[in-house]
Amino acid sequence: MKTTEMQENVFSREKIYASLFELENGERIRTCLQCGSCSGICPFGYLMEFPPSLIIAALRADMYEEVINTESVWMCVSCYACTQICPSQIPVTAALMTHTKEELLLAGKVPTELQSALENSQRYGNPMGESPRKRADWAASIENPKVNIMGMIRRPVDVLWFVGDYPSYHPRVQLATKALAKVLNALGVDFGILGPEENSDGDTQRLAGERGLFEMLAEKNGKVFRKYKFNRIITTDPHAFNALKNEYPKLGIDYPVQHYTQFLAERLDDIKPLLTHEVKARVAYHDPCYLGRANGVYEPPRTLLQAIPGLELVEMSHNHTNSLCCGGGGGGMWLDGFQWEKAHTRLSEWRVGEAVKAGAEILAVACPYEPPRFEDAAKTVKEASHLAVYEIAELLAKSMGL
Amino acid sequence: MNQDIFVVVEHLRGALAEISYVMMAAGRDLARTTGGKVYAVLLGQNVQNLADTLAADAVLYLESPSLADFTSDGYCKALSGLIGQHQPRAVLMGHTSVGTDVAGALSVRLGLPLVTSVRHFEGDKFVSQICGGKIMAEGELPAPTALITLVPGGYKPESGQSAQAPLVTPVAVGALEDLRVSVRQYIEPEAGDVDISKEPLLIAVGRGIQNQDNVVLADDLAKALGGVVCASRPVVDQNWLPTTRLVGKSGKAVKPKLYLALGISGAPEHAEAITGSNCIIAVNTDAAAPIFNIAKYGTTTDLFDLVPVLTEKVLQAKGG
Amino acid sequence: MNIVVPVKLVPDLVEELTIDASGAALDTMWLRLIINELDDHAIEQAILLKERYGGQVTVLAPDSEGVDDMLFTASARGADQLVKLVGNFEGGVNNHALGRALAAYVKDLKPDLILTGVQAHNDLDGSIGALLAEYLQMPYVGYVSGVNLETDKAVVRKEYPGGLIAELEVALPAVLGIQAAEQPPRYVAISKVRQAMKTATIEEHEVAELDLLGGAVVSRMFQPEAAEKATMLSGDPDAVAEQLIGIFKELGVL
Repeated sequence: MKTTEMQENVFSREKIYASLFELENGERIRTCLQCGSCSGICPFGYLMEFPPSLIIAALRADMYEEVINTESVWMCVSCYACTQICPSQIPVTAALMTHTKEELLLAGKVPTELQSALENSQRYGNPMGESPRKRADWAASIENPKVNIMGMIRRPVDVLWFVGDYPSYHPRVQLATKALAKVLNALGVDFGILGPEENSDGDTQRLAGERGLFEMLAEKNGKVFRKYKFNRIITTDPHAFNALKNEYPKLGIDYPVQHYTQFLAERLDDIKPLLTHEVKARVAYHDPCYLGRANGVYEPPRTLLQAIPGLELVEMSHNHTNSLCCGGGGGGMWLDGFQWEKAHTRLSEWRVGEAVKAGAEILAVACPYEPPRFEDAAKTVKEASHLAVYEIAELLAKSMGL
Repeated sequence: MNQDIFVVVEHLRGALAEISYVMMAAGRDLARTTGGKVYAVLLGQNVQNLADTLAADAVLYLESPSLADFTSDGYCKALSGLIGQHQPRAVLMGHTSVGTDVAGALSVRLGLPLVTSVRHFEGDKFVSQICGGKIMAEGELPAPTALITLVPGGYKPESGQSAQAPLVTPVAVGALEDLRVSVRQYIEPEAGDVDISKEPLLIAVGRGIQNQDNVVLADDLAKALGGVVCASRPVVDQNWLPTTRLVGKSGKAVKPKLYLALGISGAPEHAEAITGSNCIIAVNTDAAAPIFNIAKYGTTTDLFDLVPVLTEKVLQAKGG
Repeated sequence: MNIVVPVKLVPDLVEELTIDASGAALDTMWLRLIINELDDHAIEQAILLKERYGGQVTVLAPDSEGVDDMLFTASARGADQLVKLVGNFEGGVNNHALGRALAAYVKDLKPDLILTGVQAHNDLDGSIGALLAEYLQMPYVGYVSGVNLETDKAVVRKEYPGGLIAELEVALPAVLGIQAAEQPPRYVAISKVRQAMKTATIEEHEVAELDLLGGAVVSRMFQPEAAEKATMLSGDPDAVAEQLIGIFKELGVL
C-alpha cells in the first residue's frame, strides 16, 4: 500500500498529537524536555534510528512519517524503563511507542514473525497457534485434588487462576505451572482454571500495537469471567496481571486481581511450616518489568524467596526500578529473529551475565517468558553454563518436597 | 472394456522426472488387478528414447513441435484425443506442476472422473493421502476411465524401471493450433546457496554441535549422502552457518524426505518448521528432548561418536 | 482489470482430525475451518495486481462457518466485492460441483483474470482452478509464483521442482493456480477488519442443486498409523550406524 499517496496527511503532527492526547496522560508529550534520558536508558536505544526522544523530536518537526518508514520501533520491548525515568512523567511506553507500533501495524508493515503470533492469537487465542482444546492438558498429571476446570465443576471457587499462554502450552513453562498447582493444593486453596475457555490476556499484543486484537481477546475473556463466580483472580503472568488490573477495567471488566507471588506472600504464615527442604543456593531474583517497574511490586517475590531455608538472596547490579528487561515484552518474544539481526546480542544474555557476576547459582523468575529465554541465554553465555533458572513457584515446590 | 493403464510420462528439459518411475510402478500394480497392458505415454519433440528405462509394455509416442515444451494447453489437446480413442481403464499423471496442469481440464473436457493425491492402489481401490498426510481416503476406482494424479511414497521408483527398453509406437498427433499458453524462457535456479525448503535430504545441526569446527562432521555426512546441511537458530546466530540454512519459525519450513537432526532439542519454534518432513531421525543425548516426540527414529548415542562411523558406512554402501 | 478470486475454507490442521460414525468422512464436531493458505496467497496476488495496474477484485467463497469473517478480512486487505455462494451443501461439495456452480456465476462477471490457490489440502477430485478454467473454457496454468500483465496476456512464472522456473505467456482471460504471491499475505489489523464489518457488504448468490459428478466416491477414511514416540535405536555407535543405513535404504535415500 502506497501509504503516502493513499493516506495523505495521516501522519501529520496534528493528527498524531490528536490520537496521542486521547490516551491517558498523553498530553504530557507536550512537556518533553528533550533531555534524552529515555533514549539513554532504553536497552536497545542505541540501535534505533528513532529512539523515544527522537520520535518526539520528529513529531514536533512534523516528520513523523519518517519514523513510520523505519522499522526501528520494533526493537522496543516495552520494558517501561523510559516511562520510569522520564522527568516529565510522559507515558512513553504506553502512549508513544505503542502508538507508533499501531501506526505501523495499520500500514501493514509488520515483521513476519510478529505477524504469525498476532494471527495465531486471533484465531486460536494463543500466540503459539496451539489448539485451544489442549489449553488445560498440562493439568492432567495433577492429583489430590485434580485441577478444577470451571466449565466442568460448575460451582463457585475462591480463586480463579488465570493461567496464561506460555504456562499452558510451552513445555518448559508447564513445569512451573504444575509446580504452582501443587503449591496451591498444598495450601488448600480452592481454585479453578478456565482451561479451553481461556484466551490470551492480550497485553503483549496490545503493546505490540494491536489494540483491536487486545480488545477482542479482552471481550472474550470478559464474557467467560461473567459466567462464573469467584472472589478474586490470580495470574501466573505479570503481563496478565497488568492487563487485568489496569486495562480490562477500562473495558468494564473489573475484578480483584493479584500476581501469584502477592497472593502467596499474603499467606506466608501458612507457607513457612511447609518449607521443609533446604534449597541451598545463592539466588538472584529478576524483577519482571510488568510486576516491578510497571506495577511497583518488588517485595512479595523476595519475601517468598527469603522464607526458603538455605536460600541466600543476592541482588544483581540492575534491580528493583532499574532492573534489566529480558527482552520478551512489547512483542519481543515474537521478534527474536528480527531483533537478533539488528543487535547481535540478546537482553536475556546480558541479564544472565549479571546473574553470574552477582555470584548466583540460581536465577529466580516470576514471569513465564523467562524460563525459556534465560535458559537459552545461559547455554550461550560462556560463564553461565551452571546457572539454573527457576520460577519462584518451582523453588517453593522444591522446598515443600512436592 | 479396455483394461489398459496409461502412464503420462513426466520429463523436463531432456530429463525424466522420478515421479515417472513411481507412476510406472503404480501402473504395473494396478494392471495386475485390471489385467490390461501398461503404456507409457510420451509427449514431446525428439524425445523418443526418453522412456527406455520405464517398465512399460509399450510406449505411445506423440511428437509435435508444439509439444517441445510442456504446456497445459498442448498436453491437454494431445491427450484428450488419445484417451478418447483408446479409452483406457485408468490414466496416471503426476500430482505435480505438470500433471495437475492437465488432469482437471481432461476430466471436464472428456467427462471422466478424477481422483487426486493417490498414494497407492489396493486391488481395484485407490488410496489417497490428504490433509497434510493426516487422513487417507479410500474408494473404488471410478469407471469408465479413471483419471488419477499420483503422489510419491507408495511405490519404490525401482519397481518402475526396466533394463529392457519397451517398443516405441509413434502416434499421430492432430493439429495443435491456437495454443493459449507458450513458454517464453526458462530461468535456472540461482547458483549460490541452496534453498533448503526444496531439498529432499537435510542434515540439521543444533546447539549440540557445540562449535563451528564440528560442523564439518555434518558436512561430511551430507556430502556422503548427497544431502544439504541446515541448522537451528543457535548455530546460525553464532554464524557457524549462513541464515539461508536456518530451519525454524524465523527461518524456513522444510519438508524433506529425510531430516536427520543432530544435537537439536526440538523446541516448538524449530519443531513446527519440520513437521512436514517425511521421516525425522533425531540424535540427542537427552532422552527427554521434545524432538523425540515428532521423530520417527531416535538415538541417544553421542553424535560425535555416531556421525563419523555413519559417514564411513554410507560411503561404503555407495561403493566409495 | 477485473480480477476474480474464488477461495474456500478448509479444515484447520492444528486441531486433531477424526473420522465420523460413517467411517467415510471427517467428523465436523470439532472441525475448525481456516482459509486455504494458497487461496490467501491468491487474494494477496490479486491485490498486488490491482495496486500495480488498477481495476477491481472480487472474492467469492462457498458458505461455511466463518466465511463472513474471512470475506471481511479480504475486504480490509483491499478486495472490492465480496460474494458468498449459498445453497444446500449438506451432501458435501466436491470441486467439480463447486466448479460448475462458480462457472455459471463467474461467467457474468466477465473477468480478465481468475486467481485461486493451486490446490487445497483436502482436494480429492482435482483443484478448483483447473476445473473452473475448463468449465469456462479458459486456459489454466498452475504453480504460479509471479504474475505480470501485458496487453491481452499474462506473463507468469511457473514453478518446477529443483528451483527451475518457466516464464509463460498465457492468453487472457485465464485462470491461474497460485503457489505463492509475490509477497507473503500482508497483515491486516483487527481494527481494520472490524471497520470492514461495518462498511462492507457480502452479496449472496443462490446456487442450484449440486450434483457430485466428476469425483470419486470415498468408501472409507482413516488415519495412517501414527507412531507415538520415536522408535529408539540402541547399541554401540557401530550398531546404531548399521541400523541407520538400513533405514536410509528403506527410505530410498541410499
